[in-house]
Amino acid sequence: MDITRRRLLMLLPAAAVAWKYVQAGTPEASPNYKLTEHWWSMLIDIPKCIGCGSCVRACAEENDVPEGYYRTWIERYHVADWKIERPEVESPDGGKQGFPPHPDDGGKNFFVPKLCNQCADSPCTQVCPVGATFVTPDGVVLVDKNYCLGCRYCVQACPYGCRFINPKTNTAEKCSLCYHRITKGLTTACCEVCPTGARQLADLKNPKDPIHEFLRTHTVQVLKPHMATGAKVFYNGMDGSVR
Amino acid sequence: MAIAVLAFVVLRAAVVPRSFGQYGHYRGAAIAEIAARPVAFAGHDVCEACHTDVVDQKKLGRHVVVPCEACHGALAKHADDPASVTPAKLDTAVVCARCHEANAAKPKGFPQVATADHSGGLACDTCHQPHRPKIETKAETKPATEAKK
Repeated sequence: MDITRRRLLMLLPAAAVAWKYVQAGTPEASPNYKLTEHWWSMLIDIPKCIGCGSCVRACAEENDVPEGYYRTWIERYHVADWKIERPEVESPDGGKQGFPPHPDDGGKNFFVPKLCNQCADSPCTQVCPVGATFVTPDGVVLVDKNYCLGCRYCVQACPYGCRFINPKTNTAEKCSLCYHRITKGLTTACCEVCPTGARQLADLKNPKDPIHEFLRTHTVQVLKPHMATGAKVFYNGMDGSVR
Repeated sequence: MAIAVLAFVVLRAAVVPRSFGQYGHYRGAAIAEIAARPVAFAGHDVCEACHTDVVDQKKLGRHVVVPCEACHGALAKHADDPASVTPAKLDTAVVCARCHEANAAKPKGFPQVATADHSGGLACDTCHQPHRPKIETKAETKPATEAKK
């Protein structure tokens, strides 16, 4: 059948209606939670972390994380005075059960909690071939388990090593910033159980959030700033040896 | 040609999830699905609504900043059904040591002990009251209600 200008003009409205149907989807946003009113981040206050592992255990329980895998973990750094470029870093079982005693043999010793940095310009979402991982309008990087192929591109792309393939589902997994909690008005499981307040959930779009005052009055850093990922997990009191 | 275009549109509509593209290049409905998951940790506000006696005790000590579920574990099920789901009794020799076992990497001002030397294997709650851990002399001990005044 030849397409004449008249036939094309007749087909276009039908195509437009079909396209709108494809794009519209079903709006399922919670009536009490507005995606556009939040921009989530986290503050890690390193001098407050005692390496108790509460956050790792809580994360595992809250998110059903398989044994031996971690959405968040704690690293213990030992930086000898003469070896600042090569710190000793250990994280037995992700710090889940705390850390064995370590002798104070000089140098610096401290704990660094790690998790997905919820990058605004995340490399992991850019490499996903099917759109199974994405940044939500409120700034959280999520994985759609029903759409993920398990191709591992995102696992390789994350410069922070925050992703793994869940052996039960064979899909990519990572910290979701407890999205199912923060959208209900709760804080994340790791922040909820932190006994010293070393972890604080923060909403950068909320003008009343104490994060603004903290960022103004403290020298905070993000991990690997040279990667320009737009990381939103801010570290206070971070030693220069932390990678 | 028109049939091919129509077939493409129909097939695309059938194969691509309806919410794909709602917010970006992903399935928009996934956001609501992830947000709908149930929580395991109830949050200290929920605990404090019922256990006011414990809140009063905690206010008198340094553990006032320690959230309930940091020691007691996830208790959303208990909060939903307090009668049939009860939290297990804690072994303080294990729970307290997680935070207070001496370690060179802990902040210098944080109270820490070598538990083997400090308690000789005794459970911490033999001497310390976990919600108000400082061991006080008789003169220091005041009822919670009096101390609030």
